[in-house]
Amino acid sequence: MWTSDLTAMMAEGIRDTLLMTLVSTVFGYILGLPMGIALAVTDQNGVKPNVWIYKILDVIANIVRSIPFLILLILVMPLTKLIVGKSYGSVATIVPLTIAAAPFIGRMIESSLKEVDQGVVEAAQSMGAGTFTIIWKVLLVEARTSILVGVTIAIGTILGYSAMAGVVGGGGLGDIAMRYGYYRYETLIMIVAVVLLVILVQIFQTLGMRLSVSLDRRKR
Amino acid sequence: MAGMIEVRSLSKTFVTKDARIEALQDINLSIQTGDIYGIIGMSGAGKSTLVRCLNFLERPSAGTVEIEGEDLSSLSERALRAKRREIAMIFQHFNLLMQKNVIDNICFPLDIAGMPKKDARKRAMELLEIVGLTDKAKAYPSQLSGGQKQRVAIARALAANPKILLCDEATSALDPQTTQSILQLLKQINQEYGITIVIITHEMAVVRAICSHVAIIGEGRLVEQGRVLDIFSHPRTAQARELILKGGGGEYPAPENRQKELMKGKCCVRIVFSDNSSFEPVIANMVLKFGQPINILKADTKNVGGIARGEMILSLPDDSDTQKSMMAYLLERGLALEEVDGYVD
Repeated sequence: MWTSDLTAMMAEGIRDTLLMTLVSTVFGYILGLPMGIALAVTDQNGVKPNVWIYKILDVIANIVRSIPFLILLILVMPLTKLIVGKSYGSVATIVPLTIAAAPFIGRMIESSLKEVDQGVVEAAQSMGAGTFTIIWKVLLVEARTSILVGVTIAIGTILGYSAMAGVVGGGGLGDIAMRYGYYRYETLIMIVAVVLLVILVQIFQTLGMRLSVSLDRRKR
Repeated sequence: MAGMIEVRSLSKTFVTKDARIEALQDINLSIQTGDIYGIIGMSGAGKSTLVRCLNFLERPSAGTVEIEGEDLSSLSERALRAKRREIAMIFQHFNLLMQKNVIDNICFPLDIAGMPKKDARKRAMELLEIVGLTDKAKAYPSQLSGGQKQRVAIARALAANPKILLCDEATSALDPQTTQSILQLLKQINQEYGITIVIITHEMAVVRAICSHVAIIGEGRLVEQGRVLDIFSHPRTAQARELILKGGGGEYPAPENRQKELMKGKCCVRIVFSDNSSFEPVIANMVLKFGQPINILKADTKNVGGIARGEMILSLPDDSDTQKSMMAYLLERGLALEEVDGYVD
């Protein structure tokens, strides 16, 4: 009962899932990294406190993060159509995924940067380092391990979100699991799709953690 | 002539939601080129805030800080950053970049100053030579001991050829032997490169070991300041005496408490022998002359700024006439003397 058609479909599912997840992660960081840096730096204990910038970013992050992804997916459809040209399919799903991921990534970057020892920042200031130097050569360098752990978490989360894209014809493994398992009661196909999702998350998690540990210089 | 660092009526107030904290009030300091200037006080006295005002990591609420005659508050943000390169700083917890190796840590201030990487590396190797860690160039801070980390921090601080080195409790996280070696290194740097050093500490032993001058800070105010030798021989205030007494017994506080116990209710004097007063057996002669026993509660020799000084605390007989004549006798013999009755509380 398992046909080569199904294998091809699964391969396509894996491809679509990877495409959505990885491209959205990249775009998510393009938006989220500056946002997280701005949050950490303008915080009242940050390198350059600025109440207004912090408040505005804080509110944006909270609003976007409190909208359920399924609703966000539908809400941003006009924007998706504007950018991609259509509001369905795997490529189109990248738009809502990026929007959902950016503030989440921003928060993780913020928290990673705030973990950096204040004393090291103070030392850099005492050497005459400016804000930009402190961000680039102290905060991002010292928080490297924590940021990479964050990337691993982000990929896992975005991969989970991408599975919901099936609702709007998004494609990918989540879409397959939903269509066959939920609508057609083809349990086997659903299980295979879900197992593949689990394996993907597992691979990213393992690779991410290995990379972050190997780049950490704090070990003896 | 204006000094290297001139602090005039400096105050710092921290305003939080429900309180105003007067961390520093009306501080005046004059630190000359080549001084090793100790700033000592109990924790919470405001000394760390004071040292941060010297490079404007903390902006004073009132008063001025002048470095070589230049008022820091008159500088633009950019000029202040440039000025800070002349005022290096080391810290209690070293504050090295944990993700960078030793050589890159030392290159960091040079990188900020815009020095080409190749020249920076060369300079960093010279500095590692000075602090005696050439073999650790590629090591990461987590692989070093506390003393080695502080040596790296000192090399980093010296990289940009500063005129001033601020040390914020730089030896407080180190054991006594390591503390000694770091202090010797600081002294060597002061002598060889003429760098003015400001040392923040709560340990009198640190001040005694290397400082030429000292300021005592208590509850945000400047209590006493002057040459270490003078303050050590003639402390004028209770805080100064307390710190000298605390710093006296080395690292073991227990005997001091017992000594304090002994002093209760007795007439006690603290005498300091200078180099010319130790030829005559003063105490023995005094006992013979008065025919009365005296009790030596404490005797110690200390190296104060390179000069050996003897210190004794004597418990005198209860009779007040004898006490008076004994004190007169000691003063006649050129000893610095002060009654210490009552500072035991």
